[in-house]
Amino acid sequence: MEIKLNLNGRAVTASAAPDTMLIDFLREQGCLSVKRGYETSNCGLCTVMMDGKPILSCSTLAARADGHEVYTLEGLQAEAEEFASFVANQGADQCGFCNPGFVMNTIALLRENPDPTDDEIRAFLSGNLCRCSGYESQLRGIRAYLDSRK
Amino acid sequence: MLRIKEYIRPQSLEEAYQLCQKKGNVVLGGMLWLKMQNRSVNTAIDLQDLGLDKIEENDEEYRIGAMVTLRQLEQHAGLERLTHGAMAEAVRHIVGVQFRNLATIGGSIYGRFGFSDVLTLFMAMGAKVELYNGGVMSVEAFTHLPREIRDILVAVIVPKDVKRAAYQSQRNASTDFPVLTCAVCETDEGVTCAVGARPALAVCVKGLPADAPEETAETVTEQLQFGSSLRAGEEYRRRICRVLVRRALEAMNAQEV
Amino acid sequence: MEKKLYRAVGQPIPKKDAMQLLLGKPAYLDDVTPKNCLVVKVLRSPHAHALIEEIKTDVAMKVPGIECIFTYKDVPQERFTHAGQTFPEPSPYDRLILDQRVRYVGDAVAIVAGADEACVDKAMRLIRVKYQVLEPVLDFHTAKDNPVLVHPEDNWVAPCPVGADNRRNLCATDCEQDGDVETVLAECDYVVDRVYHTKACQQAMMETFRTYTEMDVFGRLHVISSTQIIFHLRRILSHALGIPKSRIRVTKPRIGGGFGAKQTAVAEVYPAFVTLKTGKPAKIIYTRQECQIAGSPRHEMEIRVRVGADKSGKIRAMDVYTLSNTGAYGDHGPTTVGLSGHKSIPLYTAGLEAFRFRYDVVYTNKQAAGAYRGYGATQGIFAVESAVNELAEQLGMDPVAIREMNMVREGMIMPAYYNEPASACALDRCMERCKELFDWDAQYPVRDMGNGKVRAAGVAMAMQGSCISAVDIGSATVTLGDDGYLLSIGAADMGTGCDTILSQMVAECMECEVDEVSVASVDTDTSPYDSGSYASSTTYVTGKAVEIACGRLKEQLCSIAAEMMECDADKLYFAGDKVCAKDGSGFVELRDIAYRAQCNNTIAARASATHCSPVSPPPFMVGMVEIELDRETGSVEVVDYTAVVDCGTPINPNLARVQTEGGLVQGIGMTLFEDVTYSKEGRILEDTLMQYRLPTRLDMGHLRVEFEQSYEPTGPFGAKSIGEIVINTPAPAIAHAVRRATGVWHRELPITPEKILMADE
Repeated sequence: MEIKLNLNGRAVTASAAPDTMLIDFLREQGCLSVKRGYETSNCGLCTVMMDGKPILSCSTLAARADGHEVYTLEGLQAEAEEFASFVANQGADQCGFCNPGFVMNTIALLRENPDPTDDEIRAFLSGNLCRCSGYESQLRGIRAYLDSRK
Repeated sequence: MLRIKEYIRPQSLEEAYQLCQKKGNVVLGGMLWLKMQNRSVNTAIDLQDLGLDKIEENDEEYRIGAMVTLRQLEQHAGLERLTHGAMAEAVRHIVGVQFRNLATIGGSIYGRFGFSDVLTLFMAMGAKVELYNGGVMSVEAFTHLPREIRDILVAVIVPKDVKRAAYQSQRNASTDFPVLTCAVCETDEGVTCAVGARPALAVCVKGLPADAPEETAETVTEQLQFGSSLRAGEEYRRRICRVLVRRALEAMNAQEV
Repeated sequence: MEKKLYRAVGQPIPKKDAMQLLLGKPAYLDDVTPKNCLVVKVLRSPHAHALIEEIKTDVAMKVPGIECIFTYKDVPQERFTHAGQTFPEPSPYDRLILDQRVRYVGDAVAIVAGADEACVDKAMRLIRVKYQVLEPVLDFHTAKDNPVLVHPEDNWVAPCPVGADNRRNLCATDCEQDGDVETVLAECDYVVDRVYHTKACQQAMMETFRTYTEMDVFGRLHVISSTQIIFHLRRILSHALGIPKSRIRVTKPRIGGGFGAKQTAVAEVYPAFVTLKTGKPAKIIYTRQECQIAGSPRHEMEIRVRVGADKSGKIRAMDVYTLSNTGAYGDHGPTTVGLSGHKSIPLYTAGLEAFRFRYDVVYTNKQAAGAYRGYGATQGIFAVESAVNELAEQLGMDPVAIREMNMVREGMIMPAYYNEPASACALDRCMERCKELFDWDAQYPVRDMGNGKVRAAGVAMAMQGSCISAVDIGSATVTLGDDGYLLSIGAADMGTGCDTILSQMVAECMECEVDEVSVASVDTDTSPYDSGSYASSTTYVTGKAVEIACGRLKEQLCSIAAEMMECDADKLYFAGDKVCAKDGSGFVELRDIAYRAQCNNTIAARASATHCSPVSPPPFMVGMVEIELDRETGSVEVVDYTAVVDCGTPINPNLARVQTEGGLVQGIGMTLFEDVTYSKEGRILEDTLMQYRLPTRLDMGHLRVEFEQSYEPTGPFGAKSIGEIVINTPAPAIAHAVRRATGVWHRELPITPEKILMADE
């Protein structure tokens, strides 16, 4: 079937099977930042923005995105760069495989709540798993970024 | 692996209803559970064009469209006030924000999952489901319908006569499935307590007193059956049931009406 | 303590690849290998133990798009091991690519390759297998000398004398001792004798196992894999496929985490075999479920500890017996077990008069274990540290005080650690600092928080190694390029940041900026030999090789400069951006040396070094935890985890800290909820990460990490290791805190709310 969507600010038309997941569709479109970690919808690695909301692209049919606006990290580089260097300064990137999903959901958090408390950060990002960092350095990075803006 | 032959967005509830009569066709909720299954679906029916993603209210009730997400429930100011925060408490442990932006109330209720936090709370609140063909019935009655029914859940209706409410759950890890869920809700007819993840489907006990949480917790626990699952055994569930019911009642009693 | 001033070493700089990774640039296997290749999947056994009587693939072969299906009839019959270890491997050669006998639920039955995932899935459903189901060995207590044999085959081989005997289901066995442990224990005023049990926990790195293979223009097999061990992998594949190592080239892209999982060749043989047979490129990407049931998890161990002390608290004797479950195959079985004693008993070297360490490693019909951060030490330290906490309680002593009295200290010889010296040991200072940071004296008493909740604290110490002494090889080649240096190594950065850390060392030695050092991608054709990234060895061993290589390069650059200045090289010295005459008579700029190196020159602007250490200096650490325990539900919340680590010189304090924090959180997960249980037929119940729970950022409380430096004379810039030790303290410390809060010792992991509440009855 044909799928038309706005991907990272550009109109995209492409064909996909009815059971193609959005993650696979996006990777096919060259959005390789989108990663699959588990098959059970609970790691957050595949987080993308659909109509401005962070969702799991591994659990969404590409067909459901037809007619919608989707952003991946490829389309939000400037917004990500703003705070990513603070995360890098903590060494929190580690293996990096979970980073795109973490960065995407942090963007979603900061859009919704520009000045979150540590507990609000933890709660919002609880669906973003990381096996390397132990999370504290990610929090330190976000906190340092927020403090730098004050 | 999930295999889907066809994907359709019906333009009316009637069209959706007719489509879902056929075995092998499935109505999509958030798809989180469906996606993990190894099965073949003939037609996936997506209700996204039917305007079911809204929470509406009138003087008596909230009408929550089937496609409203758990995240919408969590962030809705009216439901927050009505439930004294129990709404957000019931969903905030469910995996993460991205997951809750997909999971729908329709999917959560229609699936009648034993582990459902959402079902537990709505059952305690005396909520009703509106089925396209089956009409309106209580969530509790809905849970007794045979699983084979092929109908469309259009909306969940929450009466506004909730005076106080509280929610408690026990989990082995913060965003894990619950080991036990418990919701209490006070209306003019007294207190209703629903307990889920026993691990079987939530059930409720009605007409309870609000005072004497200790005794009430004992009464509720004695009436319920518990079982074992990977996450915990029957006896553990029974023991913590007393604790969660009591704590929920204590939390509820601390609220201003 | 020696504390030197460095320019690049000791700086908390970001990883060289950090921004690219954070911005989601293509870096991992599936991002950088072609999409158009055969999709490879493995059909897996539903039985824990069975013989394949008949396997029919004809119908499956007819599925459009299917390229090939291989069964046990198609593969070489020489056994090999998946374990990434230096040759000759201590692990037995007990595997075939596909075997007629399947030995656990998930064992490989057939390899299917086709044009896309859908056709391969369809073909897998159409393969008909008739099994003769056999009785499995599922209880590791009864595995040794069980009449049912996991490996009855005649071509089973143990290349090293590790006590293995396939006729007894034994993968390894040994006993070592110093002094007469029975006599000393008999004399002790207090003896604790307990048994502890840990499970087959999963590394659960975010990127599952995955490999791409193709034939290159020279007709060699090019393997691109998410692996920690490129060189071992080349040899393993050569053994498995029966082709010379020279016909194989292994490279790796960025790796999405390993933690030891990728020190085993879990997935590589399948696409490699397909490509070798078909000549076509092939790719395998494991599902998460495959990782959970057919990966390379921690060895389940049951450890009996007997520890004896006199009335004053002096620990005089320790006896450790470990029963380790290697599962269906012996990968890393003979080696992991050693650490359960070697990295636990020496913590109490001070007054130890006698010790004994015995072990059996047994085969069962369960998932084969492998290498997971800590590698046996984690299991041993849970047991020994718990036993010492129990002993302190019996003695009525503060658990910190008993450690201060008995811990290993700098300069001591450790008889239970191959008689190696603790030449750099700040364990005493770690304890002192941790006690102060944590406020042990105030936190140790149990405090009632109301509403059924209590707060309590626990403590544990840990050690690890910094390599496999006299075995591990690290090499480095450093080249002066047109601008800056190129560092070439064979160790695999799996997110730990070794590319950056080793670049810091180059920058330190060559007196340049870290940004001026590039790191070549890892390739068996071009990288200098390295055992691989495991055994916590990269900083310590490969780092030393970097230091030595830089020293040689400086000499060579001086030689080039000498030709330019028409003098003897020994009249010159290297000064970073130039080479100067010692008498001040002149200099040449580094830039000009680089140009000269490319014109009318016969001296390489490149130097290599290979290093191996005769010792494996242990890092040390202390962990203290405060928990809040709900006595009515059994829930445990980690409130505060304070850790003080002695890793020698932290080369990059940020990365060392993140290693520590990451290890602590893995340890917390292992202690509280990461569980592996089996159905009575031998199927793993936690086969997804929905059932096997990893800690989220809501499950770990607040972490505080500090370093107490020591200076290891054999390490680069005084460094020891950090990667593994950090997972070792949470289990004993939390178990201790739970005991304080509830009055019950939990000797089996994980310590779930249910176990806590039901034990409290």
